[in-house]
Amino acid sequence: MAALSPPDSVGLVTPQTLHFDEPLALDCGQTLADYEIVYETYGALNADHSNAVLICHALSGDHHVAGYHDEADLNKPGWWDNCIGPGKPIDTREFFVVCCNNLGGCKGSTGPTSINPDNRKPYGPDFPIVTVKDWVHSQARLADQLGVRQWAAVIGGSLGGMQAMQWAITFPERVRHVLAIAAAPRLSAQNIAFNEVARQAILSDPDFHHGHYYDFGVVPRRGLMIARMLGHITYLSEEGMRAKFGRELREGRPNFNFDTEFEVESYLRHQGKAFVDRFDANTYLLMTKTLDYFDPAADFDQDLSAAFHRAQAQFLVVSFTSDWRFSPARSREIVRALVRAGREVSYAEIPSDYGHDAFLMPIPLYHDTLRGYLMRVAHEVNPDAP
Amino acid sequence: MRPELELISDWIRPGARVLDLGCGDGALLAYLHERRRVNGYGLEIDADNIVKCIQAGVNVIHADLEAGLEDFGDGSFDYVLMTQTLQTVRHTERLLDEMLRVGRQGIVTFPNFGFWRCRMQIALQGLMPVGKTLPYQWYNTPNVHLFTLRDFEKLCRSKHIDILQRMVLDYAHRPWRGARFWPNLFGEIALYRLGRA
Repeated sequence: MAALSPPDSVGLVTPQTLHFDEPLALDCGQTLADYEIVYETYGALNADHSNAVLICHALSGDHHVAGYHDEADLNKPGWWDNCIGPGKPIDTREFFVVCCNNLGGCKGSTGPTSINPDNRKPYGPDFPIVTVKDWVHSQARLADQLGVRQWAAVIGGSLGGMQAMQWAITFPERVRHVLAIAAAPRLSAQNIAFNEVARQAILSDPDFHHGHYYDFGVVPRRGLMIARMLGHITYLSEEGMRAKFGRELREGRPNFNFDTEFEVESYLRHQGKAFVDRFDANTYLLMTKTLDYFDPAADFDQDLSAAFHRAQAQFLVVSFTSDWRFSPARSREIVRALVRAGREVSYAEIPSDYGHDAFLMPIPLYHDTLRGYLMRVAHEVNPDAP
Repeated sequence: MRPELELISDWIRPGARVLDLGCGDGALLAYLHERRRVNGYGLEIDADNIVKCIQAGVNVIHADLEAGLEDFGDGSFDYVLMTQTLQTVRHTERLLDEMLRVGRQGIVTFPNFGFWRCRMQIALQGLMPVGKTLPYQWYNTPNVHLFTLRDFEKLCRSKHIDILQRMVLDYAHRPWRGARFWPNLFGEIALYRLGRA
């Protein structure tokens, strides 16, 4: 018997797919002749199409950002369900919320697991490496199809925040507000180093087969698992790990072997294994490269404020104190560039022990910040509402 | 607070670019935006205040004033405001310098420690002053420097800061005529407009 979803949930949702015939020229020089984008929407587009909000997903996210695919399984809501729904900070009574799986993904949009029309086999490693700019262009075409000329807001955390910033730079007149959360203006050498270790774990797995593992009926499980375990270390903070796991031993005493002994080992292995079952290794490789390449200042003589100079949007930048992957200092770089460009910006630094993962957590001060900002956006686009 | 907001607003050119150091809940910036169409930012360190500013539609940036204003370029604001903030920062001199580097003019308000009641409390009771404009005990006050009008003006002279305008207010932030003749004795709150040639 189907359970009822909670009243502040968007409820049962069904992903939709759009096919695009117009070729998309990519940053890498290649062209995607045609492609599909899978997406979800919640809430209703208002009469003048001004209340649309785009949510951009991060490294391992997808289009399923809120609600449920199966009302019998209420344990698996969308990845940001705590923030999106009627009465939640991103209020679906006010906004028409859109989220798509990005190109190169593995959840339905065209990517490495899709069939390459040239040889009727999965693209695998032959799928071109897409950039944040490519994503923004593909999202703009989705917006055209949905009748959205201008987003009331583009919102994202981490890699999603980078897309939100890129939107304001690439399509200044199509974004009113940018909410860039736990983001960075570009990756540091340390960030790239972590990505490279993750990639090497996958590339050196004997089951990787140069990316053509689909042909062999295997997946590079060990490599992808290690990559995810490494990722998870960078998503948590030292304080958070200590509070959650400490040095607890699962059996209360050391066994002097290499089995799973400490709770933190158990957690990481569980996260790694669960990830392998839901994610594609080629997509993971591609998305880490997308992160590495993101650098909007590079198009403007390494001057980030020059990049933002063309933006017209107002910005909300949010960071979390214990995030060391994209630390508050990285968000302050964004804020400094926006101030120097004369843009309207607010910046909140939220105290939290959750590390980088904090952007997905229902931290009251964080959600109050988003809610407070978006209530004003809602008032701008729905001025007649009470 | 209302009379003080009005006085500050009278000093500010319409359409100016303004930076408010320690902007609290954003009331001053919201008022100036409404009345003078100013643009700018507030800097604030308290997370709850930052949420209030965002709710009020005031641009607010989380910042620690003790770290200086290095994110802001020289002369990038017409006015830099500091209402009831100067006495709470440790590096007073540096912040004044920063204020007049980033802004063409500075507007400062602070509680006057030379107010006669303060003097009486120390002289007669032997206690640190507590009153309407200094509502804290010595052990829980956010104020790290306490000073008088004369102290402040002496500092300005030594730093070649020009005092363009001065007003003294009573505890309710209203201008008080009686304080005109002996401001350091009868003024409870001081209001200054500063510049540097």
